[in-house]
Amino acid sequence: MTIERQKKITVALAGNPNSGKTSIFNMLTGASQQVANYPGTTVETKQAHCTYKDFRITFVDLPGAYGLTAFSEEELVARNYIINEKPDVVVDVIDCSNVERNLYLTTQLIEIDVPFVLAFNMSDIARRRGVVFDNGRLSTLLEAPVVSTVGNKAEGRLALLDAIIAVAGADRKPRTHRIIYGDEIEKSLKRIESAIRSGHPEIASRYGSRWAAIKLLEQDNEMLTKISDSPLRGVLDGEVVRLKRIFRDDPETVIADKRYGFISGACQEAVKATVELRHTTSDLADVVLTHRVLGLPIFLLLMYLVFYLTFTVAAFPMAWLEQFFGWLAGFIAALWPADVVNWLRSLLIDGVIPGVGGILVFVPNILILFLAIAVLEDSGYMARAAFVMDRLMHKIGLHGKSFIPMLIGFGCSVPAIMATRILEDKRNRFTTIMVLPLMSCGARLTIYGLLIPAFFRQNWRGPVLWLIYLIGIILAVVAAKVLRFTVFRGETTPFVMELPPYRVPTLKSILNHTWIRGWLYLKKAGTVILVFSIVLWAAMNYPRVEDESLTGKSVEQVQQAQLANSIIGRLGRAIEPAIRPLGFDWKIGSALIGATAAKELFVSQLSIIYAVSSRDESSTAPTLRSHLQADYTPLAGFCIMLFCLISSPCFATVAVTRSETGSWRWAAFQFISLTALAYAVTLVVYQLGAFFIG
Amino acid sequence: METKNAIPLSKVGEGFLVSVVGVDAGRGLRNRLISMGLFTGTQIRIVRNDGSGPFVISVKNSRMALGRGVADKIMVTLSG
Repeated sequence: MTIERQKKITVALAGNPNSGKTSIFNMLTGASQQVANYPGTTVETKQAHCTYKDFRITFVDLPGAYGLTAFSEEELVARNYIINEKPDVVVDVIDCSNVERNLYLTTQLIEIDVPFVLAFNMSDIARRRGVVFDNGRLSTLLEAPVVSTVGNKAEGRLALLDAIIAVAGADRKPRTHRIIYGDEIEKSLKRIESAIRSGHPEIASRYGSRWAAIKLLEQDNEMLTKISDSPLRGVLDGEVVRLKRIFRDDPETVIADKRYGFISGACQEAVKATVELRHTTSDLADVVLTHRVLGLPIFLLLMYLVFYLTFTVAAFPMAWLEQFFGWLAGFIAALWPADVVNWLRSLLIDGVIPGVGGILVFVPNILILFLAIAVLEDSGYMARAAFVMDRLMHKIGLHGKSFIPMLIGFGCSVPAIMATRILEDKRNRFTTIMVLPLMSCGARLTIYGLLIPAFFRQNWRGPVLWLIYLIGIILAVVAAKVLRFTVFRGETTPFVMELPPYRVPTLKSILNHTWIRGWLYLKKAGTVILVFSIVLWAAMNYPRVEDESLTGKSVEQVQQAQLANSIIGRLGRAIEPAIRPLGFDWKIGSALIGATAAKELFVSQLSIIYAVSSRDESSTAPTLRSHLQADYTPLAGFCIMLFCLISSPCFATVAVTRSETGSWRWAAFQFISLTALAYAVTLVVYQLGAFFIG
Repeated sequence: METKNAIPLSKVGEGFLVSVVGVDAGRGLRNRLISMGLFTGTQIRIVRNDGSGPFVISVKNSRMALGRGVADKIMVTLSG
């Protein structure tokens, strides 16, 4: 047995959004990817390995970025990764159709002084349009290997891997071509650099004094906070004032200008024919798809299609899964005699299987939804959808793209919250997540389905249902506005977005996207849900009722007595004084507590409380309704629905909010503030209603 | 930075070619625009201007959508 000594290399992939970075990542690594969030951020990262020659190469996909400033979370994550983790090589993916802009990021890699390889991606399209790149010349000018690639056709894979290991193995030499910023700026840089070296040796050794000096001159927030009270600040401010006087412009603009100058110098020597590329067909499509009148109906139609696929087509596999879990519970019940370790049997049959199964049935939903989103994203349409919706969404302080998760929220909050990943801006994303549960989901429809016919006459049923949904939307709009002015206050990220040319998405990348996100859902929501379903089961079944008192009673009566005696039943009684002003009693209270696991549980909880069998719905549903009619007024019935609409998002939503925001704090904030809002709104409605109706 | 004939980008009609003379915005937005290739001296062609709502321009070979608020802050001069 021979153990091969493999050398380990870490490679970070950087590049502009839409440069085909993901396709290069997939080309290099195949399917074995792991997705996680960067610590402390909501930015997604993918990691994967590949073995090539004697090397074990770990690839890290950095977030798409146009530069390495501290002004966006993505760019900061990318920059900190490069500076702190010091990858052996950075692969900078360049969209060949837009070399000058893409090389702007490269100039910042040069400044950080990290070894890199340039992947000139989508080179086939550029070649077809007659653009010629002199790779050798570019390589000399930028002092890095240049490899032509076509990510989605896996062209250039070996050449890129060879370049990576060559760069990783080579000795580091100082660059001969630096980006020179002109006499005046260089003079300032020198002064700032020497102040850094004398006053902040830790900054000099960590970042390099030149890079730190450039960033300071650019007024980079993160670097500025590191030097707040030092004499360096005085030197810097003096230089900024001096340069402003000379250039009549901010130093950062002058610096950017020099960087672009460096780039266009290189391009003039090494790129032939810089005609305007590839936008002809795209522009034609945009005339229709982003038309000021047609754009909106087209978007709504496409969204309807996504909706239809997610909730209608997925209904079939969902039904199969539901049947399977029903069968599984029945199978275990039949196999496992009721008197052998009964608590474990009940935990499995009444707790774990319905709890975890209730989450697994959403998998087809999630997969189809993410498949559809991946197609819309990869084809370039998503950017247009945001463009079309921005006009409306802007008014409530959200981004055009926020509309998509909100629409999905009418189906289920869980995939909707996951869909907020399409929002780049954190404030926007968190605001959207917080108000999403107000979009009345499909599970809540079962509650309305029970209550509306019980309390309202035939011709009132439609309008009441519509009113409930409308109240949800209005509250979401108001809550979003309030959040944007309070918790998530801050400059609305101005709407600036690239409209990438339309592309035909490749099957491989779409499946990849879908699979990775589906798996994430299973792993994260699944584990939390398992714990919650065990807790809820225990709360419904303990403490036990004495067996003697139950003799001679029906199964339903036993269940009723058990629930009344359980923690949930007792909690229901305990909160009764608090919910009395809303028109609720302990029975509703207990059902509401049970419904925190999943909204549809509200109905089955009520069935147990009123000791009606939930098995045969056709014959017993009216009985449950007649019980309800006897106990509550229509006003109380409406208030129950109102409370269910607004209050406590279900556990699955809580779990997903926690995993998507990266902290329990936000999940708790959402849970508590929505429940408080529900209480306030229901209280006002019930009390006013009771006053007027009498 | 100030030029006599400067007008906000949002006032320019479709199809015109303009060049940027200044971006009258906060540091965050200005830096974002710079890294996307839009700063003093950049040539811009207006692809779409509906008179309200967002706005599409062509910068350095790519299409960019800008909110009207952003287009108001970019000062340009016509360049034939």
